[in-house]
Formats: sequence, structure tokens, C-alpha cells
Amino acid sequence: MLIQINRGKPIACRASYLRIMNKIRERIYQWGFTILAFASLVFLVGIVIVLFREALPIFKKVKVLEFLLGKFWYPTYEPPEFGILPLILASLWVSAGAMLICIPLGVGSALYLNELASTRQKALLKPLVEILASIPSIVYGFFGMAILAPYLQNLLHLPIGLCAFTASLTLGIMATPTVCSIAEDALSYVPRSFREASFAVGANRWQTLVKVVIPAAGSGISTAIILGMSRAIGETMTVLMVAGGAAVIPKSFFEPVRPMTAAIAAEMGEAPMGSNHYHALFAIALILFLITFIFNIIAEVISRRYRLKLGLAG
Amino acid sequence: MKVFRKLLVVTIALLGVVSPCYAEKIVLEGSTTVLPIAQKVAEVYMQKDNNAYISVRGGGSGVGIASLIDGTCDIADSSRSIKDTELDNAVTRGKSIKAHVIAMDGIAVIVNSANKVNALSKKQVKDIYTGKISNWSQVGGDYQKIVVVSRDTSSGTFEAFGELALDKQKIRPDAVMQASNQAVASTVARTPGAIGYVGLGFLSDEVKALEIDGVMPSKETVLNSKYPIGRPLFMYTNGEPKGLAKEIIDFIKSPEGQKLVDEEGFVALK
Repeated sequence: MLIQINRGKPIACRASYLRIMNKIRERIYQWGFTILAFASLVFLVGIVIVLFREALPIFKKVKVLEFLLGKFWYPTYEPPEFGILPLILASLWVSAGAMLICIPLGVGSALYLNELASTRQKALLKPLVEILASIPSIVYGFFGMAILAPYLQNLLHLPIGLCAFTASLTLGIMATPTVCSIAEDALSYVPRSFREASFAVGANRWQTLVKVVIPAAGSGISTAIILGMSRAIGETMTVLMVAGGAAVIPKSFFEPVRPMTAAIAAEMGEAPMGSNHYHALFAIALILFLITFIFNIIAEVISRRYRLKLGLAG
Repeated sequence: MKVFRKLLVVTIALLGVVSPCYAEKIVLEGSTTVLPIAQKVAEVYMQKDNNAYISVRGGGSGVGIASLIDGTCDIADSSRSIKDTELDNAVTRGKSIKAHVIAMDGIAVIVNSANKVNALSKKQVKDIYTGKISNWSQVGGDYQKIVVVSRDTSSGTFEAFGELALDKQKIRPDAVMQASNQAVASTVARTPGAIGYVGLGFLSDEVKALEIDGVMPSKETVLNSKYPIGRPLFMYTNGEPKGLAKEIIDFIKSPEGQKLVDEEGFVALK
């Protein structure tokens, strides 16, 4: 028997119609999300291909070792010199300095927030730290250039305030919220049972913190540090404004330096497209990409090793 | 019918919005040194002629000339004369580049106002910038390290200074590189041992300009070529300028335009 509804369409027919529509809709959702998930892969592959394609022509003119270990960067002279050792060392030097500042500051404040702060303090401090993370880098640059550099110049009797030390300090402050926020998340994910077990066998608060909580959160903390380091080494605007920009191999923290990102940002606008200078800047970007890539692999290896040790794998 | 009438109204309204696009439009692009002149001229000219639409962009001399050759701008501002490689490139693309001198600019060598040194020879400037002299005591000042401040290697001012003052020799690698004339001036103003160079238009009370070979940089000494570090500023066009581009260049060269050049701190061509 057929019951007539909806302009006389039989109900059995309508049910199978709905079923088919549902199936199609499900397929569309599935494909839609698959495409979204693979989009980042497409972007990554695209960027890597462009980087290699635009960077490789320079190595027909300059040998790879000469490029990496050359001590002089004179891209616009005739004949040009494309040696990026001073730029690589400047980037590493400035980031290492920034790490010395942001690791103790970031991890220390994460420990305070997680272990010692009252609920009220935490409710106030954590959003504040996160606001610090959202300040645009050019603001840090202005701060470093207009306030920090002249102050340090007078305080330390430097020939010039725009130097690696000022850049490290500014970058260190900048990377602190990243490190703090992620490290704090990692600490809060340590299962309560770990602490309770530790207290139960008679360990005090300090012993629990050092022997149980920090190792348990170790993978998260090291991820936090590496992400902070990636932010520091990839940061452009701040170092362009604060580091001084001298393409010389740094002998001390108090000399002007020219990190890789600053060189690319300062010179890309004026490098004629397709020239050797243009390809050399892409090659610097490629090296920078490889450095951060290695950082990420190290972070992955560290976090996996910790997880295995704690039996949290899988 | 109602729909049709509505459509008509919309079309007329759209025409009203779009029609200013038929006004003549040109793009000026290039040197950041010439930028203040170009901007001022564009402002004044657009007030006089409502149909003219002038877009002004910086980017640097090299970028301006490249855009002119690519056809993405109508007038290239440049603080240096066109290079042979750029000319070759233009010729292979079938373009003939025409130069127009629109003003003169002197590059002043500046030091911190606390510095005792008041004058240097052109050779001393060169030795300081190429690294042979590193302490102010070697040129009659206090025993203090010289902090050499320069524009970025790709700026037009850097290239002009390299040609006019350094005889194309390489600048010392530990020179502090700054992205604009203003940044050079403020770095020198804050740094006691610093030496830098800026366009004449960027001199201020915060820094001290040096006599070079006994000549103070000024409008007169640049114009009569007594001051050794001076240069002409150019606008380049593709072939003889036509239409609005011709009117703009004629306007800059006119007494009224040259007055604007003077007001912006550059040296007018009389």
C-alpha cells in the first residue's frame, strides 16, 4: 500500500532518495576535508619546489662550499662575492643569545604558573603572557631600536647599540611567551596520578617537580624550546631593525651583525628578478629552511625518545 | 519593466563611478631619494589638473628602471645614471630610454654633533669607508673607534656614494647597514663615534655635516660642482615623453616645479 505525501511521491521512493542523498553528501564532506588536509602538503611541496628552482641557478656560478663558507657578502659589486658564512653565523649567534634569555624566562614562568601560582594569579598571568605573544614583531623592533639600543649603548659603553646582543635580548623577550605557553600546556598535561604516586612514596614537592613532572613533560618542554628557537631564527623585522646589518663574522656579542633573514628582507626588493643576486637570496632562504627543518626533526626525535622512556608511546 | 528601470539606474550609477578611470593615469616609481620630490609634484599637479591621476611608488632606483623596461611604470625615478646592463636589457626589449635631469643632490658626510672633527679630505672619507682608517685619532679627533654607517648595498644613495666617494672600492664588511636616509641620520645622531652619509635634504641640527676637501656641502657648492660628492637626479621615460608624462616632466623643470624641489631640500637647477 502506498501512502501519498509531498505531491504524490511514494514514501518508499522518498526514503531511498534520502539515503542516496545522504551518501552523496557524506562523500562530499569526506572529499572536502581530505582536500583541506592535503592542502598544507601541497603548499609545502610547492614552496620547496620554488625554493630549489630559484636557488639552484646560483650554484652554477658559485660552488656550494664557496657559497656556504665564503667570508664576504658583496652581492652588488663587480665582480660580486657571494659568501654567506657571516650571515649564517649571525643568525645562529643571535638565536643562541635569544635562547639563553627565553629558555630560563619561558620555562621558569611556565613552572611558576603550573606549580606555584594560585588560580587567581594564573587566570591573570597566562592571558597576559599570551598577549605578549601577539604583539607584532615590528613593535618589538621599534622598542629595540629606539629604547633598548641607546640605553645599552650608554650603559655598556658600546661603540653602537645596534648589535647582536640587543637583537638577542629583543628576540629573547619575543620568544618567551611562545616557550612559556607551550611549556605550561605540557606541564598541565602530566597526569595527576604521576604526582600522587610520587607524593605517596614520600617525595617532597621539589623532588616531585624535578624527578617526575619535568621529565614527564620533557617532550612538550623541548618542543616549546625548539619552536621558540624557530621563531627566533626566522624572525625578520626585529633583526632588520636592531641587529645593525654588518655582514661580518661576529667576534663578540657586541658587534653589529647581519642575520640571513635581514639580508633577504633588505635586499630582495632591489635585486633584479633572475639576477645572480636574486638567486643567491633564494639560496639563503633555502639554507634557512633546511636549518629550521633540522630543528624540527631534532624536536621530533627528542619528544619520541622521551615518550618511549616514560612508557607513554602509542 | 520595473526591473529594467532598476537596471538602468544601476548602470548609470556604475558609469558615474567608473568614468574617472578614463582620466589619464600614470605611474612614477623608483628611487627613495627622488620620492619626496615625486610625491610633492604629484600632489600639486593633481590639484591643478583634476583629470590627472598620478600614482607614486618608491622601491629604489633599480626597481624603477626595471619597471620602466617591463612597462609597469611610465616614469622611473633614479638617483643614479642608468647602468649599461639596464640599457642593454631595454634595447633587447625594443625600448629606448630617455633621461631627464630634474634636480641635483649632494651627499653629505655626517658625524655625531659631539665629534671634534669638522673636515675630512675625500681620500680620508674613502679610507674610513674601505677600512684603512678605523679610529678618529687618525684624522685629528679623539681616540675613539669609528662606527661606519652606510645605506644598504642595493640603495641608489649607496651606489652613488660608492661611485662618487669610494671610486667603486668595496665598503668595509663591518659597516652598519641602514635601510633609509632617515635611519642613517638617527643612528649617527645617537652614536658618538659614528660616521654616515645622507642626501642633502636629510641634514638636520641633530648631526654635523663635514667639510670635504675644504668645501661645505650646500646648495651652491653642489650646483657649481665645487662640492665633490654631488650628483644629478633623474627621471627616465620610454622614448620621448608623451601626454601626461611630458606635462609632469615639463612641470618639474618649470620654475614652479623647481621651487618644489628646493622646498623638499634638494638643489634646484637654477
